[in-house]
Amino acid sequence: MLANLINGISLGSVYAIIALGYTMVYGIAKMLNFAHGDVIMVGAYVAFCAITGLGWPPILAVLASVAVCTVLGIIIEGLAYKPLRNATSLAVLITAIGVSYFLQNAALLIWTSNTKVFPNIFADLPALQLGSTQVAPVTLITVLANIVIMLALTFFTSKTKMGKAMRAVSEDKGAATLMGINVNRTISMTFAIGSGLAAIAGVLLCTAYPTLMPTTGAMPGIKAFTAAVFGGIGSIPGAMLGGVLLGVIEIFGKAYISTQLSDAIVFAVLIIVLLVKPTGLLGRKVREKV
Amino acid sequence: MKKKVLAMVMSAVLGVSMLGGCTDAASTGGSDAGTSGTTDGGESAGSDAGSNAGGETKEGVEESVPEQESVGGKLTGTLNLGMIGPLTGAAAIYGNAVKNGEQIAVDEINAISSDFQIQYNPQDDEHDAEKSVNAYNNLKDWNVQVIAGTVTTTPCVAVSAEANNDRIFMLTPSASSPDVVNGKDNVFQVCFADPNQGSASAKYIKDNNMATKVAIIYNNADAYSTGIYQTFNAKAGELGLEVVSTTTFTDDTANDFSVQLGDAQSAGADLVFLPIYYQPASLILQQASSMGYAPKFFGVDGMDGILTMEGFDASLAEGVILLTPFSADATDDLTKSFVGKYESGYGETPNQFAADGYDCPYAIYRALQFYADKNGDLDVTGKSAEEICTILISVFTNPNFSYDGVTGSGMVWTANGEVNKDPKAVVIQNGVYVGL
Repeated sequence: MLANLINGISLGSVYAIIALGYTMVYGIAKMLNFAHGDVIMVGAYVAFCAITGLGWPPILAVLASVAVCTVLGIIIEGLAYKPLRNATSLAVLITAIGVSYFLQNAALLIWTSNTKVFPNIFADLPALQLGSTQVAPVTLITVLANIVIMLALTFFTSKTKMGKAMRAVSEDKGAATLMGINVNRTISMTFAIGSGLAAIAGVLLCTAYPTLMPTTGAMPGIKAFTAAVFGGIGSIPGAMLGGVLLGVIEIFGKAYISTQLSDAIVFAVLIIVLLVKPTGLLGRKVREKV
Repeated sequence: MKKKVLAMVMSAVLGVSMLGGCTDAASTGGSDAGTSGTTDGGESAGSDAGSNAGGETKEGVEESVPEQESVGGKLTGTLNLGMIGPLTGAAAIYGNAVKNGEQIAVDEINAISSDFQIQYNPQDDEHDAEKSVNAYNNLKDWNVQVIAGTVTTTPCVAVSAEANNDRIFMLTPSASSPDVVNGKDNVFQVCFADPNQGSASAKYIKDNNMATKVAIIYNNADAYSTGIYQTFNAKAGELGLEVVSTTTFTDDTANDFSVQLGDAQSAGADLVFLPIYYQPASLILQQASSMGYAPKFFGVDGMDGILTMEGFDASLAEGVILLTPFSADATDDLTKSFVGKYESGYGETPNQFAADGYDCPYAIYRALQFYADKNGDLDVTGKSAEEICTILISVFTNPNFSYDGVTGSGMVWTANGEVNKDPKAVVIQNGVYVGL
């Protein structure tokens, strides 16, 4: 029971950290960046190459990975999404899917389809012993990273000038422009932060589940998106709550009901939550202005 | 500002190209062999086309089975050997591996004696059933006498139906589905039929008393994995092997195996059977190790490739046992010579497909030799495909004919066309396969 709970939290915290990136971009740019999962994959590959190829220490590798992904996020936003700023949201969504495929196939060309095994960067840290069950260091660090990122993002969006600009853009682009906010730069910034978070998520995901291939980010990306919707998309604490709950439900469903039906159970719970509370667990109810 | 952006892009490009370089060195020799060969079984349509023709021609087979004294006849002439496989397209890696393997064998056979020569004609089918039949028609125009193909299952089902009507002997290196041979008396396989791996594994575990309680973790979204699981489970029941835990995953949930491993552990399993590919298997090994659970792990040919994963900690795979028809690391002379030739000729380590391909022309050659030895001189030049077909069927179904190749020793064939060979069990020790 305790072991399952810990496994659930461990899996859920990985979903949560990816969901934070999703929800952040959605909350501000109001678009679903389906390429988020693939930015995670790129981040993981960069860190992998820095550690095993160039022999860098993990900390430096993570920083390099964050830097590359941040730049990648800005480039993707500038090349693919900026020209569609005034297009329908469907066009942006399809573009995002296109970017996702582009990144996967580019990774396939650069790094080939051979599966790589991500090194355990926390191998030196001791595991926490809770009774008879062990908590792996990567779980603790992922949970910790989640809390830190969540607090930092909340602080950033509510207290800093840039963060306030982001919230203004999210509420009304036109009015924000009139108030002298550079909308394009604000959205680029959002993507930069979201992609930087994706790099951290990629490293943590691949440390916890160390196989790395060009499609590594795809499924966790979708699960994390589900988690973000579950928690209330756009809500930063909601993404975290949704992610952890999703992981726990998945593991408990597997352990006590059926390993064959675990995904069916997860998505059934999602449907029930959305039926009862359409905005997700912590989603704000936004009244449509007429 | 513009300059800054340009500088950023340039440095990003530089960074990516640097990082790209770091993988090249380590990504050689990745053998996906078992993996994809067996996936074909899942794709194949359950077509039994050509099953009618099977019964009618069986009489010819039975006549030639009786024990015969050796009369020491000689095999002479030139045999037109065709091959069909995906030489381009998505499955090209398999077709080319088979072609290269067959080419090495053909060259070797031709070098043995100028009395008997093989003319080899490989045709591309792009892993497409229709194109495969076209390729087959090309081969017929070329007066093909025997076909060492096709490589992939779906085209093979289509071509073998045609070949069954036309009475042309086919020996497929790698089309592993039972649909390929069912009801066709002239079609034989060099590779294991998918389900046979399950029963062979159960038998191996039981015969060697490797475990009393067995847990199984399989991918229930994959026909290969499920097929092996079913035959394993049936055979285990038959042999009295106790299966205490059966859990599944799908491609979408192939990240976290804590529940499956926890179930196996609490059920007291001392062996975990993994009829799955090596990517999820590597995660299972890693998670079992971090849980402190150390049963024996037993895999099938899909496990082949785990050691070539870049960055994989080989100590995790220490003691893992797998059944595989071919391992390029094996130390017997036949394998060493084949691997050496393949590496020097094509610059890569041969995978299981190449090995299956290598065995194909040799099995045909040995079968013709066997016939000549029992029945007197055989000149294949100008013999019709049908005559050769009758000869080869009689030999392949003769219980006294067996063939030792790189993918197994003592191969014999059932009248149905499936191969019976002892799978090679290897255990991973110090990061290399060691034969058991």
